Amino acid sequence: MTLNTKPVAVPAPETRPHPAAKRTQSFRDKWADSAFNIAAVTILSLSIIAVVYPLYFIVIASISDPNAVYEGKVWLFPSGVTLEGYQRIFADSRIWNGLGNTVIYTVLGSAISVTTILFGAYALSRKDMPGRKILMLLFVVTMFFDGGLITKYLVVRDLGMLDTVWAVVLPGAVGVWNLIIARSFFENTIPGELREAAQMDGANDFTFFFRMVLPLSKPLIMLMIMVHVVAHWNSFFDALIFLNDDTKYPLQLVLRNILIQSDVSSAGTTGGDIESYAAAQRIGELTKYAMIVVSSLPLMIALPFMQKHFTKGTMIGAVKS
Amino acid sequence: MSRTLARSRPASPPAPTPGPPSRKPLPLRLKRVGRAWQLYVLLIPALIYIAVFKYWPMYGVQIAFRNYNPVDGFTGSPWVGLQHFIRFVNSYQFGVVVGNTLWIAILGLLVAFPIPIILALLVNQLQSERFKKFTQTVLYSPAFISTVVVVGIMFVLLSPRSGLVNNAIQLAGGEPVFFMGSAEWFRPIYVVSDVWQNAGFAMIVYLAALSGIDPALHDAAKVDGASKLQRIRHIDLPGIMPVITVLFILAIGNLLNVGFEKALLMQTNLNLPTSEIIQTYVYHAGLQQAQFSYSAAIGLFNSVLNLVLLLTFNWVARRANQATLW
Repeated sequence: MTLNTKPVAVPAPETRPHPAAKRTQSFRDKWADSAFNIAAVTILSLSIIAVVYPLYFIVIASISDPNAVYEGKVWLFPSGVTLEGYQRIFADSRIWNGLGNTVIYTVLGSAISVTTILFGAYALSRKDMPGRKILMLLFVVTMFFDGGLITKYLVVRDLGMLDTVWAVVLPGAVGVWNLIIARSFFENTIPGELREAAQMDGANDFTFFFRMVLPLSKPLIMLMIMVHVVAHWNSFFDALIFLNDDTKYPLQLVLRNILIQSDVSSAGTTGGDIESYAAAQRIGELTKYAMIVVSSLPLMIALPFMQKHFTKGTMIGAVKS
Repeated sequence: MSRTLARSRPASPPAPTPGPPSRKPLPLRLKRVGRAWQLYVLLIPALIYIAVFKYWPMYGVQIAFRNYNPVDGFTGSPWVGLQHFIRFVNSYQFGVVVGNTLWIAILGLLVAFPIPIILALLVNQLQSERFKKFTQTVLYSPAFISTVVVVGIMFVLLSPRSGLVNNAIQLAGGEPVFFMGSAEWFRPIYVVSDVWQNAGFAMIVYLAALSGIDPALHDAAKVDGASKLQRIRHIDLPGIMPVITVLFILAIGNLLNVGFEKALLMQTNLNLPTSEIIQTYVYHAGLQQAQFSYSAAIGLFNSVLNLVLLLTFNWVARRANQATLW
């Protein structure tokens, strides 16, 4: 709005204005612009509804009477409020066990990944490190070509890591893209003069990195922690291929087995007659809605806090590319 | 301080070696390497990681040309040449899985690539900062939902008995559709859910690029009477073209890799005719049926195809004087 006033103010002192140009701007284009605005707001509002409504429906379905959901009576508001779905989840030991595993994998995996990436990225950001270009190339190559699923599996098996925590936290520990983001952050935010000054004072590379670089890199560290926490919280595939022991399954794998793999088993006992079978099935559906809510809620609640950091992170990435 | 000075002193007189002028003499270079030893120490964990989990598997890819058995390992198993590749190309699955992979990859690219750009251009034009921020947050929140849960949502919402979508269809007088169990619905569901989950997040990068465009350009265009649509076409779009090109090349480079996990999760016995893609086939043949060499060969075929696509498009972009990856 404030920007709009500027061009109007400029032509005012002109002795010979351009009446034709002014008229088109004020008439036809203003009309075109407001048509554009209406279209833009409409499209974006529809997109918002398309994103929000399915999630909203799942939330209300998770607390509604399963029969009402089944009969298609639930559209905008919950009907016949019940918390049975949630009670069943919290009584399910598989969920708690999976949650516990996920927390362990997330904490350990994120710690390993973030440390490795910060250390490596700082070294690679130092232009005075001989061999920097070749070393960087070694990392970048892996972005475009890799050995594939099968050989990765065989390597993990040969290392004796199958069915251990390490198979979940190590094989995907360092994403090269994250390494590049961290490296360009260091390159752009740590001035060379600072290092020279520190070296004058007798600081070696370790002391400079731990005492100066890391404290100056809080936004990057936050970003890296969040990227990895989200990734670990949501990942299931490494666990699927590397873990056989279902007591070690992370939450997502438990969810997959309940939500997707089995249509009925989550409903508990399947009674003899069709009537109770159908009822059990409906309770099963209710549990699924509740499960979707419970498993996504932690990240959704954290999202507003994380948003700032993620936006910043994409900026770092965008500057790079 | 005096110690660091003393240590660096002997390096300062230039050694009188007559070698090529651009290269420093070897002792001096070694000295520089030695002085940076702490940096190499910092790099060691990451180097060990790529050596073990990237280069070792890459080296192991040779089992695609061998008959792998666990006793002889990657290098000792008997050499069989291209046998596994020939078997794959001649198998009846070949046309199906390659076709399915290309279908969802290209469909995904055509639909899912432009939508974030359009969204970013629209959001960027919004007058109200609050609506702008709200839209961004809402649109990108699904990116934080796991693939498992997104596919779980599909199963419950598209369920033929009790799902929201089928309830709506029945309300409108239609017959319920078994979406997750029909081959013809796999691709549309796959692509639409991809847009639903990822378009908002991809939009952020374009918004960041758009915020870097000089507002003076827009002011000048306004004075000349340019409408919003014209300014988008002649200022915004060219302004973010380098970012679009780079992301497009990256998308091409990942064309055959993306969405493997989701395809695997969405698979049911009934939609296999369209949902079996190269990588899910590798998973089934390799890890579930333990045909390691055969499936490694298929995986290698996939990787090479990917690399060729990437190099080709990067080359095309360079010829067209666009931004490139390198």
